Amino acid sequence: MNSARSAKVILQIKASTGITGFDEITGGGLPHGRTTLLVGGPGSGKTLFALQFLMHGARKCKEPGIFVAFEENSRRIIANTNSFDWKLEELVQRKKLYFMDAQPSPDLIQSGSFDLYGMLAALSAQAKSMGAQRIVFDALDIVLALLPDEAAKRREVYRLHEWLLAHEFTGLITAKSGEVENSLPRQQPFGFMQFMVDCSVKLNHRVSLGVSQRNLRVQKFRGSSFDENESPFIIGKNGFEVALARSLGRVDTQVSQERVSSGVKRLDTMLGGGYYRGASVLITGFPGTAKTTLSGAFAEAACKRGERTMFVSFDSDGSEVMRNLASVGIRLDRYTKSGLLRMVSARTITGSAETLLVHIKTLAQEHKARCLVIDPVSTLAKTGNELTAHGVAERLIDWSKVDGTTLVCTSLLDEMMGQESGNTPLQISTIADTWIHLNYLVQAGERNRGLSIIKSRGTEHSNQVRELILSDAGVTLADIYTAGGEVLMGTMRWEKESAERVANEVAEVAGKLKRVTLDAEEAVLAVRAKAVQTELVAKQVEKTLLERITASRQGELSRGHKHIHELRGGDAAKPVAKEKTP
Amino acid sequence: MSRRTKYKFRLYVAGDAPNSAQAQANLIALCQTHLPDRYEIEVVDVLKVPMLALQDNVLMTPTLLKLSPAPVRRIVGALSQMQTVLDTLGLEVIVK
Repeated sequence: MNSARSAKVILQIKASTGITGFDEITGGGLPHGRTTLLVGGPGSGKTLFALQFLMHGARKCKEPGIFVAFEENSRRIIANTNSFDWKLEELVQRKKLYFMDAQPSPDLIQSGSFDLYGMLAALSAQAKSMGAQRIVFDALDIVLALLPDEAAKRREVYRLHEWLLAHEFTGLITAKSGEVENSLPRQQPFGFMQFMVDCSVKLNHRVSLGVSQRNLRVQKFRGSSFDENESPFIIGKNGFEVALARSLGRVDTQVSQERVSSGVKRLDTMLGGGYYRGASVLITGFPGTAKTTLSGAFAEAACKRGERTMFVSFDSDGSEVMRNLASVGIRLDRYTKSGLLRMVSARTITGSAETLLVHIKTLAQEHKARCLVIDPVSTLAKTGNELTAHGVAERLIDWSKVDGTTLVCTSLLDEMMGQESGNTPLQISTIADTWIHLNYLVQAGERNRGLSIIKSRGTEHSNQVRELILSDAGVTLADIYTAGGEVLMGTMRWEKESAERVANEVAEVAGKLKRVTLDAEEAVLAVRAKAVQTELVAKQVEKTLLERITASRQGELSRGHKHIHELRGGDAAKPVAKEKTP
Repeated sequence: MSRRTKYKFRLYVAGDAPNSAQAQANLIALCQTHLPDRYEIEVVDVLKVPMLALQDNVLMTPTLLKLSPAPVRRIVGALSQMQTVLDTLGLEVIVK
């Protein structure tokens, strides 16, 4: 009960404008039931802002609105918005929107003092009849210019303000501002209005180095916190869009543990399984180091998994990119035919980095892309955009994270910079999750491509430099040789490899030979051992034979002696002992 | 244009705001001086009938509309600069 009530109060405090980014900056929109002043130079988008505010109110917030047009004819204003999907005519017919033409006629004659009672009375009646809650006074400066002096101007503005407050309308007054940037508020035209109103928004439109940059800044907002910095905005397909890096107090986005393939098997291994889903990957390198090829491999892998992918190329046409990638075995044509892959050539899109970002965002959302390749993202930082490009790149990464899109950007490095520095012009290397660096190694009259992973957040990754090899069959990585403190690549690596192979073979053959020799020697020895054994046995036999013969002879002898003794009848003991030792 | 031509005016006022009252007084004085007995003034209070003001595209008060004779003329303000008013209404010539 209590929370429901407080929620309602919050809703009452801010009147949503429906302008992407603006509601986030102001924490909900314009002050409800109060007056807001919108100042800006010519063509800065004041009228558009005001119309979008009314349109959103009428369509989404059940708050019908009145547009008081002091400057332009209402028919023309409506016609000008036909390029957006706003359908203002329909709202006018349904009496949700009312346009009051209040352009002072050129032949208007003025005599003596006058005031705006007539208009306010008419507006009161109109507002009552349609239940209007939002009122826009577009180009109030036109009517104020008719008033003779400063005091009269001030009086009428106060009258208007009082009237708005009395009726609790959410008012929006637009007025032109001079190009004086930092003058004191009271020196600005209608400076006093700045003090009177509850909220003040300034639009400006600058051209820096030939590139148009639009900015919006909330100058004051009574009773509310707001983002005080200038925020770039663009007027896009759906109207006003304010760029915003991160809405205040937004919940962290869901992080994923899922890995997606980089399209190169060995690179996946180096990264411990591939990129994280929703990660932003930066591939840096000099021209021709196969940045596009590597990102093409990623796109192909994504399409193979059946994920909707968008490939934005700033360098060449989509068909050119496809042809070039086909030469290294990356075939994307079947996926563009099936509609899974969308090739976008952004060479034709001109405008500020902000505009490019919004275009890319819109296209990616249309395509429902889960994987996005931008080749090269460094284009954002080309002439005239240096200042904003960093912010744009940050927002690009932020947006892709929120959407869970896996983003692969390539970035061209300035050739004038040292190879070691590896600085990206956008300085997005610090915010990217994975940073792969490609460079050339010039050695022995060859240029070879080397790939190294400079960082990869939250994943184990190899620290080794690999050689990147492009062939008809695709992209592969090869180990590189380090010999005597030097890294070998290309032909030298090949030579080293083949030399090693030959050495291996020689060693193997030598081993075999040695074995055979040993076998032979062993056999000889075995044979000899056998012969000796046989001889031994023969000797033993001989010995036994000898013993036996000896024994029998002795027996014979003793028998003989006994016989002789018997024959002689003498003592037989002495001659037996003599006979025993021959 | 003959001296018989009748002038029809419509004066938009905002209640009894000072400049509205002033305009009304100025208009009556002018008509009595320059157009005796051949004028008709319709006073419309925007606070009471705002829709009519909207139709006539009257935004500022007081506003004087000269409806006839043609052409229709419109003067905004308290009609305090008599010469401007007379010039606009084309009355100077007739008086002379």
